[in-house]
Amino acid sequence: MIAYLGRRLIQSLLILLGVSLITFALLYLLPADPVRQIAGRSATPETVENIRRQLGLDQPFIVQYWHYLTRLISGDLGRSYIQRSEVTELIVSRLPASLLLMVGAILCELAIGLSMGLIAAVKRGTATDQTLMVASFVGVSAPQFVVGLLLLYVFAVRLGWFPIGGYGSWRHLVLPSLTMGILGAGWYARMMRSSMIDVLRQDYMRTARAKGLARGTILFRHALPNAILPVVAMIGIDIGVFMGGIVVVESVFGWPGIGQLAWQAIQRVDIPIIMGVTLVSAFAIVLGNLLADIIAPFIDPRIKLR
Amino acid sequence: MRRFLASTVAASALALMLGMASARAEDTIDPNAKQGGAITITYKDDVATLDPAIGYDWQNWSMIKSLFDGLMDYEPGTTNLKPDLAEGYEISPDGKTFTFKLRHGVKFHNGREMTADDVKYSLDRVTNPKTQSPGAGFFGSIKGYDDVAAGKAQSLSGVTAVDPYTIKFELTRPDATFLHVMAINFSHVVPKEEVEKYGADFGKHPVGTGAFKLAEWTLGQRIVFERNPDYWHKGLPHLDKITFEIGQEPIVALLRLQKGEIDVPGDGIPPAKFQEVMADPEQKARVVEGGQLHTGYVTMNTTMAPFDNVKVRQAVNMAINKARIIQIINGRAVPANQPLPPSMPGYDKEYKGYPYDVAKAKALLAEAGHPDGFETQLFAMNTDPNPRIAQAIQQDLAAIGIKASIQSLAQANVIAAGGDKAGAPMIWSGGMAWIADFPDPSNFYGPILGCAGAVPGGWNWSWYCNKDLDAKAAEADSVVDPAKSADRGKMWSAIYDKVMEDAPWAPVFNEQRFTMKSARMGGADNLYVDPVHIPINYDNVYVKDVQ
Repeated sequence: MIAYLGRRLIQSLLILLGVSLITFALLYLLPADPVRQIAGRSATPETVENIRRQLGLDQPFIVQYWHYLTRLISGDLGRSYIQRSEVTELIVSRLPASLLLMVGAILCELAIGLSMGLIAAVKRGTATDQTLMVASFVGVSAPQFVVGLLLLYVFAVRLGWFPIGGYGSWRHLVLPSLTMGILGAGWYARMMRSSMIDVLRQDYMRTARAKGLARGTILFRHALPNAILPVVAMIGIDIGVFMGGIVVVESVFGWPGIGQLAWQAIQRVDIPIIMGVTLVSAFAIVLGNLLADIIAPFIDPRIKLR
Repeated sequence: MRRFLASTVAASALALMLGMASARAEDTIDPNAKQGGAITITYKDDVATLDPAIGYDWQNWSMIKSLFDGLMDYEPGTTNLKPDLAEGYEISPDGKTFTFKLRHGVKFHNGREMTADDVKYSLDRVTNPKTQSPGAGFFGSIKGYDDVAAGKAQSLSGVTAVDPYTIKFELTRPDATFLHVMAINFSHVVPKEEVEKYGADFGKHPVGTGAFKLAEWTLGQRIVFERNPDYWHKGLPHLDKITFEIGQEPIVALLRLQKGEIDVPGDGIPPAKFQEVMADPEQKARVVEGGQLHTGYVTMNTTMAPFDNVKVRQAVNMAINKARIIQIINGRAVPANQPLPPSMPGYDKEYKGYPYDVAKAKALLAEAGHPDGFETQLFAMNTDPNPRIAQAIQQDLAAIGIKASIQSLAQANVIAAGGDKAGAPMIWSGGMAWIADFPDPSNFYGPILGCAGAVPGGWNWSWYCNKDLDAKAAEADSVVDPAKSADRGKMWSAIYDKVMEDAPWAPVFNEQRFTMKSARMGGADNLYVDPVHIPINYDNVYVKDVQ
């Protein structure tokens, strides 16, 4: 167990190092010159060079990367070129919103996905099953910005049940969580359905039915706890999907999380922020996978850590 | 303003207009304005910084103007200069020394009185390379600037605080734009103790002398301005509070405006909804249209064949169907025939420009030795609507035989190609076009049409360099006496007429501004399309529904 953990930790660190190197290199190769952007249109060539020197951008790539890494170790992600504030401060101020959205999205996808999968499994082969599976397919494939705008238009603009974007109360949280959750719900519905079908075929299910137990007891007391385990173990892996999704969903709903921060930074070529958000997301994904792997054997004893 | 200038003539250029300047200040208050109330403005993007030495985008530009003041300002809704923190000024006969008398009793938001030392400190700070101000170059005419810019000096030798209420500027050359420079945000006055307290984070904790003070800044969510009760300009601002909500898509902002939840969508009317809004009389009534200090143009590289032939450049000017291009952007512009936009002083109303005349354009091409046209490249930025505009230009050029292939690239690549002498034969400027920093005709010349801009990495993408015109421009800018500003305007008109004769550009259109507001907002229309305040003049607008 400890050897496994140690190996996984080293792997994780290497992945993060690789992500930082690739992102740094890509941003370095970008044709935009951040110094000209900072210096403005009225700057003389001397001013431009002066600023380049102050920011250390006149150094060779490997030196710049080394400086970035050494500062990173002390938790310093640098200062934004456009906002001129510390990137760490900008990210920390936006993390709570993204985490809240993530919790909301996980609740939505579990509630929708698991119940859809459960019903489809029980009604296997019927029209209900097929309808639900088509719906889950649509949920998986629909682009999130379309889903988001559609929900916004119907439930906020037309019906007025929820606010049109923004942040602050639980009512603000519903539509963006739902938008994020619909994608995951599709996956969970399919996984839950096959997992449930597997369990329902088991001998102990037949025994339970033979004993004459009520249908509800069989399903919820005997089948569900076993079927749900492999599905729940997937939540950690979801974080990667979320990190991709929040850029779109947060922009559509005006949700002040790190996805929106990343989108703005990309548009303004604000390299330190792009770097920072990428690293934080990579960290979250690596951590999520690690946790999923560690937790899995506790939930499902058939899985062993090796 | 005209009255003020006339008096200046009467007493020669040396007059000090103390009483008069402050009397004018009270005049600008709208007698119908109501006091109090709060408004909400939305933006998509985070506000970058509220530090007047750093902020240089159209979003924070007018927010900074409401938190800070400079020695000079403009009458609300116009391009007319007026003294602001200064009560008055005098200009030496050689146009190289400007002395400003400061208002007494002006207080920073922290309660301390503002003095001439603060003005000097603010200019030393903005020009110091460590500040990394994008506006440092505006102060190039002040004596000692080069030493400060090179890091050899900490302080501008040409700026002297004579006494707490008098500040003197010595320039290396007469500079007619200097009063404008004293009105741009980069010269706004900051208190040293607050800058030192917050260091690089001053932009998040701005303290100025302006009409509003910062009450709250929740990163990524909202910024709240509160009325400054000690504002020196009595009677202003009218509003008690302005809330800027951040992170709202323009389309969402429009929906919220329609529901009455917000007052001004800061990013404007989304292009996709423009026609819908303008087709609805109720909504259209709340849209204010105005000019912008902007020109969109096609540059032709005058150092590259065949554009080194003036007849070819003139032919291109006659080939472009500007009316059709304006249709592409839903009519949100007016056709341009010269570099200066119509709302800019010095704009030549008499000048007719090149007509749209395909036959004549073909004839000119034939005269230039290209009866069958030629092949070339047209660079354009790759965000909508610029590729569509480039295609329209491509079709127009094809009609006279010029086969232009479109290079649709990211902004940075187009700028890089333009700054390279052998980089781009033609560029459509959309998305990167020149918007004036201050309302003065010289602002459209130096960097984009003068020899100084025709350098690697510069903004003169047509590489047009006319030494004779450079000399005339320098001559016009040495006419410092405000009383002669009309003469100076004529000199500039003549310069741009000559530019058009040489045709390094084909001016295409001047973008119009369309600001939408809620029904409760009051104040003259020009406050909503103020040439220097985008989207609106926060200090002077008011709401009609306060009790």
